[in-house]
Amino acid sequence: MFKKILIANRGEIALRVIRTAKEMGIKTVAVYSTADKESLPVRFADEAVCIGPAASSESYLSIPNLMAAAEITNADAIHPGYGFLSENEMFADVCQKYGIKFIGPRPEHIRSMGDKITAKETMRKAGVPVVPGSEGLLESVDDAKVQAKEIGYPVMLKATAGGGGKGMRIVWNEGELEKAYSSASNEAKASFNNAGLYLEKFIEEPRHIEIQIAGDQYGKACHLSERDCSIQRRHQKLIEESPSPFVDQALREKMGDVAVQAAESIGYEGVGTVEFLTDKHKNFYFMEMNTRIQVEHPVTEEVVDYDLIKEQIKLAAGEPISGKNYFPELHAMECRINAEDPRQGFRPSPGRITEFHSPKGHGVRVDTAAYAGYVIPPYYDSMIAKLICKARTRDEVILKMQRALDEFIVEGIKTTIPFHKKMMRNEQFLAGKFDTSFLNSFDFSDLPD
Amino acid sequence: MTMDFKQIQELVKLVSKTGIAEVSLETEEIKLKVKGSYNPSSLQVSPSPQIVMPQAMPTMQAPVAQSEAPSTASTEKQAEPNKEAAPAEDNSNLITFKSPIVGTFYRSPGPDKDAFVKVGDDVDQGDVLCIIEAMKLFNEIESEHSGKIVKILVEDASPVEFDQPLFLIEPK
Repeated sequence: MFKKILIANRGEIALRVIRTAKEMGIKTVAVYSTADKESLPVRFADEAVCIGPAASSESYLSIPNLMAAAEITNADAIHPGYGFLSENEMFADVCQKYGIKFIGPRPEHIRSMGDKITAKETMRKAGVPVVPGSEGLLESVDDAKVQAKEIGYPVMLKATAGGGGKGMRIVWNEGELEKAYSSASNEAKASFNNAGLYLEKFIEEPRHIEIQIAGDQYGKACHLSERDCSIQRRHQKLIEESPSPFVDQALREKMGDVAVQAAESIGYEGVGTVEFLTDKHKNFYFMEMNTRIQVEHPVTEEVVDYDLIKEQIKLAAGEPISGKNYFPELHAMECRINAEDPRQGFRPSPGRITEFHSPKGHGVRVDTAAYAGYVIPPYYDSMIAKLICKARTRDEVILKMQRALDEFIVEGIKTTIPFHKKMMRNEQFLAGKFDTSFLNSFDFSDLPD
Repeated sequence: MTMDFKQIQELVKLVSKTGIAEVSLETEEIKLKVKGSYNPSSLQVSPSPQIVMPQAMPTMQAPVAQSEAPSTASTEKQAEPNKEAAPAEDNSNLITFKSPIVGTFYRSPGPDKDAFVKVGDDVDQGDVLCIIEAMKLFNEIESEHSGKIVKILVEDASPVEFDQPLFLIEPK
């Protein structure tokens, strides 16, 4: 087992990893930019190394500084968290070359699943149903027109190097294609330095249902059931839950088996998530695979009583899995609390948190690195806390979430708590009747306090 | 409630360690106030609870704690910012040259070679001051200023982090 893990990340996920590592008796090294000097991960880790100025490119994304930090602290493993370098194949490769274990899959897994087009092709070959789409990258707008006609409108233009909803455009007819093409292409170039686009059939009434999987170093994989992440705004997840109100046990077993098949076909190591889109007829199609721990992992942890970070570390240390699959025993839901003003188009609201009281009590979990007096830096993402509730039924979870949101006091900045409060009283949401288009018609102006 | 010297020492250590701004303690026998050194950027703890009991009798005074306090806790004066690695002499005109990268600091180009600079040397902008090694890559670190080396703040072959103070330079 590892003696010392360096966490190449910040904020709540860095704290999350530090907590589990401590429980496992493993020493921890936190790295931080000058902007994160007063952060909780820095305080709670056994050691901390300043790796650069505030800009991510010079700190959390700086492979030389991260490796140097691992070297001077003698860390034998690096946990990349999510975002930043967690799906950077070169970083995984460098760690491998320097004999420091990257807690995640091998570089080749990241490479094959990171390129969305290659991933689809790999899955298709493994017998996994995929969303109908273009053969590889689009060569031009005219190429797009021809392929879109073949697939049938509506279609979705997507960036091959994409993530976080960037570089994506829905196109309802040929007339909209040209403008959408150049817009998506420019956004992709700006966000990922790769303007490459591909085309996919746009699934109607789509739900985003993802399966959590885990694979060991010996070719075996298992699944821990689904999370429904359909509540998204501009392709950014806001609320996730397990089990999905849309998925029955038969569909769960089918999708789970396909996800395991997908993982085993590439010899996947570590934890990962296979994302599917379902249509109203309960057909499901592979969308992409995330080769890292995800933001919403606590939802699964709460319903199958499993520490996924601990599992990640054990798998990286060479422990085998039992091969057993896990099914939800309870119901859980997560609300992502961001430092954004939902009444002003979710405009970011960095600054000093003057009061911070997070909800507690039976079935309430809050993963956060925020505290009263904490100054949210403007350089990184805006998520400040994850509020996860669990109970025996979905109705009880929602009641608990209502109570917990009422108890959540954050002052000094604006947060998305009012939005979540309104969601927890929305008839359609309460009935479990929603798909990824749900927030398109949501009234954000009339929110409670 | 009596407090022996050891308990007072523990209280002072606690104040300095946790960054609590101030603790006041009043009992029949003693009246004690301990103020921590104030670092404006550190975690702000909400006002610490005051333990006040009736009839304070000045048999043991604050000065007892003061004389034994660790260097970071000042018991009498108004809270003052805690300066990191500040030498005793006046250094307001000196430039602190900080590490631009993470790695291991070396004073000389090789194990049997002379140090790049020593205290008292004059350096020009662009002169190599040290090597910081990371992953077998030896980075020569150049001075951004011209001046005299007043102090070397890091020991040879020790690990350094980004922004860590390395040299104090008196500019020309």
